[in-house]
Amino acid sequence: MQNLVLATPLVCLLAALVAGFFGRAIGRVNTHRVAIAGVAVSFLLSLLVYIDVMGGSSFNGTVYTWATSGGASFQVGFLIDELSATMMAVVTFVSLMVHIYTIGYMAEDSGYQRFFSYISLFTFAMLMLVMSNNFVQLFFGWEAVGVISYLLIGFWYKRESAIFANLKAFLVNRVGDFGFLLGIAGVLHLFGTLDYAPVFASAPDKAGLLISGWHQWEWLTVICLLLFVGAMGKSAQVPLHVWLPDSMEGPTPISALIHAATMVTAGIFMVARMSPLFEFSETALTVVLVIGAITAFAMGLVGIVQNDIKRVVAYSTLSQLGYMTVALGASAYASGIFHLGTHAFFKALLFLGAGSVIIAMHHEQDMRKMGGLRRYMPITYITMVLGSLALAGIPPFAGFFSKDAIIAAVHNSTLAGSGFAYVAVSLAVFITAIYSFRLLFMTFHGETRMDDSVRSHLKESPWVVTLPLVILAVMSVISGALFMGPMLFGNYFGDAILVLPQHDVLAKLYQDLHHATGIDLRWGMFTHAIQTPTFWLAVAGVITAWYLYLYRPELPEKIKSRFEWAYTILDNKYGFDQFNQRVFAGGARNLGGWLWRVSDMRVIDGFVINGTAQTIGWLSGVVRNIQSGFVYHYAFAMIIGLVVLMTLFVF
Amino acid sequence: MNIDLNIAAALPEMILATMACLILLIDAFYGNRYRQLTCWTSIATLLLVALLAASDISTQSDVAFGGMYFDDPLGNLLKAAIFLSTAVVFLYSREYLEQRDIQSGEFYVLGLFGALGMSIMASAGNFLTIYLGLELLALSLYALVAFNRKSDRSTEAAMKYFVLGAIASGILLYGLSILYGLTGTLDITGVSTALANSEVNNQAITLALVFIVVSLAFKLGAVPFHMWLPDVYQGSPTATTLYLGSAPKLAAFAMIMRLLVGGLENFHSSWQEMLVILAILSMGAGNLIAIAQTNIKRMLAYSTISHMGFFLLGILSATETGYSASLFYVMVYSVMALGTFGMILLFSRRGFEAEELSDFKGLGQHHPWYAFLMLLLMFSMAGVPPTVGFYAKLSVIRSVLQVELVWVAVVAVLFAVVGAFYYLRVIKLVYFDHAEGEALIVESPVANKVMLSINVLALIVVLPWMGEIISFCTEVITSLAG
Repeated sequence: MQNLVLATPLVCLLAALVAGFFGRAIGRVNTHRVAIAGVAVSFLLSLLVYIDVMGGSSFNGTVYTWATSGGASFQVGFLIDELSATMMAVVTFVSLMVHIYTIGYMAEDSGYQRFFSYISLFTFAMLMLVMSNNFVQLFFGWEAVGVISYLLIGFWYKRESAIFANLKAFLVNRVGDFGFLLGIAGVLHLFGTLDYAPVFASAPDKAGLLISGWHQWEWLTVICLLLFVGAMGKSAQVPLHVWLPDSMEGPTPISALIHAATMVTAGIFMVARMSPLFEFSETALTVVLVIGAITAFAMGLVGIVQNDIKRVVAYSTLSQLGYMTVALGASAYASGIFHLGTHAFFKALLFLGAGSVIIAMHHEQDMRKMGGLRRYMPITYITMVLGSLALAGIPPFAGFFSKDAIIAAVHNSTLAGSGFAYVAVSLAVFITAIYSFRLLFMTFHGETRMDDSVRSHLKESPWVVTLPLVILAVMSVISGALFMGPMLFGNYFGDAILVLPQHDVLAKLYQDLHHATGIDLRWGMFTHAIQTPTFWLAVAGVITAWYLYLYRPELPEKIKSRFEWAYTILDNKYGFDQFNQRVFAGGARNLGGWLWRVSDMRVIDGFVINGTAQTIGWLSGVVRNIQSGFVYHYAFAMIIGLVVLMTLFVF
Repeated sequence: MNIDLNIAAALPEMILATMACLILLIDAFYGNRYRQLTCWTSIATLLLVALLAASDISTQSDVAFGGMYFDDPLGNLLKAAIFLSTAVVFLYSREYLEQRDIQSGEFYVLGLFGALGMSIMASAGNFLTIYLGLELLALSLYALVAFNRKSDRSTEAAMKYFVLGAIASGILLYGLSILYGLTGTLDITGVSTALANSEVNNQAITLALVFIVVSLAFKLGAVPFHMWLPDVYQGSPTATTLYLGSAPKLAAFAMIMRLLVGGLENFHSSWQEMLVILAILSMGAGNLIAIAQTNIKRMLAYSTISHMGFFLLGILSATETGYSASLFYVMVYSVMALGTFGMILLFSRRGFEAEELSDFKGLGQHHPWYAFLMLLLMFSMAGVPPTVGFYAKLSVIRSVLQVELVWVAVVAVLFAVVGAFYYLRVIKLVYFDHAEGEALIVESPVANKVMLSINVLALIVVLPWMGEIISFCTEVITSLAG
């Protein structure tokens, strides 16, 4: 199995290197052939691994030790269990779809080869992240995907806004990564090792251990909170979410792959992976729960007022990530990962569908200039409908099962703040339905609002674009019903995820469902849903969207002018950006300017640097003169040296 | 006394000695007709004996010639390294000698005899054997330095080197004679046991130590016994500088291991303090004076002095970690020295020695690949990660920290920063300045270019195996004979 596991990421790396270094030499067609072949092989290998793991085998081992320093060893190692095998399959599958789609989307771009190189490299880094068996490699993957995300957001590096967005993403992620790194340092300090297995094994012993000298701070709580700060950055949780909407400056395939389906879920994956630590800190779980609930609700609300098609989907991603985080906080890790998987399918679908629309509209992204597109792009339309139904959580589509499980799990949770979280995520269902159908209606229904020149060129996208859409749509429809039973209630994750009995909300849900129906869990889920508000909220959301954007399209304007203040708040995204821009960015720049003028120019440059340099330069000129060139001077120096040493040591 | 000859242990040396004599004859009779013959047979011989020595690295320690000669992993490793680097020296020098119409046959023969001397030093089990090897090396080197008879500088450098070298030899012999007087033996193991068992006069031992350390410092070029080094580096033909700068450092390491560690380790507290002084003076003076140089060979001479200061850090910590750190350092250093002087040779051509710093201006525009190699070399010399130069410095500094000489480590790091200046200046000249006059031309044969590329790239591609290399060095040190 080791070779199989090793080969999975390495083929992607190889493809990335070939595409990157020889892309120009081998041409565009060969570049995408190489990249797609690499990812396809990687996907097949992941499937093999997945089947193998589901058959009961697992792998945990070190492949290569890079360095050992002070008792900690830095190594490349893989932990392949149910969790990582699932992630591998999802990541390589979505990546493969996006690779194929890119042929159509980037067809006219001059950076074609560069793009393929980046996304293959991304797949490699993401695989290294999820397959890791130690914190160092996790961090490597974590940073690597961050760098590639940075490169890809700024892919069109001549665009001012793209450069601003990638810098922003990078800086905000630095904040998160700093917490993450501190968390890793805490793990090393507390456990003395960075390998998962020993850390997880000894976590129960360390539960409740207080940090000496601090008031009532538990080690595990501090570590978990710091690790979660990392997850907040990568998975865009409030208040570190600000980079994700701006990341839409990157090409659409990237938004689908990195900023919806895979990289942003790394934080979710990480917390699920660390469940043996988080389980022992209810404080940390509560924080996770509340942050997730705020994100799910507040970010969904912003999605309603966006007019850029990609930004709507972006805010929807934020909101859905909030759902996953809530699941983690409620100790329903399995349902968090389940939602991660279904979300990867339908969100990639929605992004790629939006991309297909954007291609047809000649890179126009404003929904106010669209409308009535369903007549021109039937395949895109139908797949988008399926994706939206899945996102809104209408049964029997994938999103219904995964999202309802989360809501039911939160309902069962006994943590402080779970009541608040339950209300927030339930209301968010309503909002989700509104914005996703608003997007659908504004884009595909109603009257056409674009220019005649654009309209005359409207046509369905080529097959390389629609094929991934169709495949993803199929997955969006069936993946929920298919995997719900085993993933949520079966022993699917085995030992990969630890849930303490007092936190096991999913087991309670299982009892409820079992009582309700006796046998079939899917049917149970449905009957359970219609007895709770969530289902009706989703339906109400769809109807509201229909009423507002199709039946009475003039109404939104009226509401907007009536509730001007609320609209302004949402339009400004609660003012996070302005706040960061003024306080952090502006403050840091002022501080930096002051430090530069005073401490840098005067003290360091003037005195320390130039002063030392001048002194050393002068000294070197003086000492140089000792080298006179006369052999008797040299001999004399030797004798003096000898005499000095003798006086020092012998006498 | 039962003398066990065990001649097979010295097989590489015997082959080398025989071949050196044979090649001398070959060159005398066929040298003019087949100009390349001497060079290639020399290289082939060296590769053969390097292979022999390398194949013997992991075997058990053994003694031969009644204890005069050690056959242990350390000796074999150093010998393999010495032979290999000498072979590389010959390869780089071939074109250079050719272009200058220098009688090249003797160059190789002298080089081979020097290598023989070094390998005897590496395996010496007796003070006399060490001295024998040392003198064989030194005499070859005197001749090599003076090789370009037409050049005044070359002759002057050889003269200085000879006079000062003779003084250093005298000092060494004096130190050894005191040891002989105290212990009645010249065997390294014998001296070591004699000093451990009996009551000996501490002051007399320290006196002997001072003399021995001074002579070692002269060999290494540690301050204040370094005066010969810049003049000799600059004055010699670059081919000789290349030879002088690489393999003899390995031999000097062997000599230190045999004399100080093998024979006098019980007195390490005394020599530790002496080496601290030498190391700090070398790092300081070497780095400071290098800044003021305009000639690259002279700059590298001072850089060598500072490197020897760093190298001594490992030895002076007097632990196995320290010795292996120094072993690693000296090996890395010889690879770097080969690369740097190889680079100078690459750009030298008839009537032009690329030895002024300003000659390298604008290299980045005309020869991006060699500019990149130069960058790697300078980064490695300065100790910038991820080159091996960084790990070399890291390991010696760490070994000093382990014996809690924190202030020495701090001083070392500070001087490393000072040193970074003149290495980075080369990079600045290469990449950010424009060439004055005509650009550099590369006339060297393909073999040199390929070898130089491999040589320099080795500084970075071995990175994934760093752990193995360092633990291998430790293994070699722990299995030291004697």
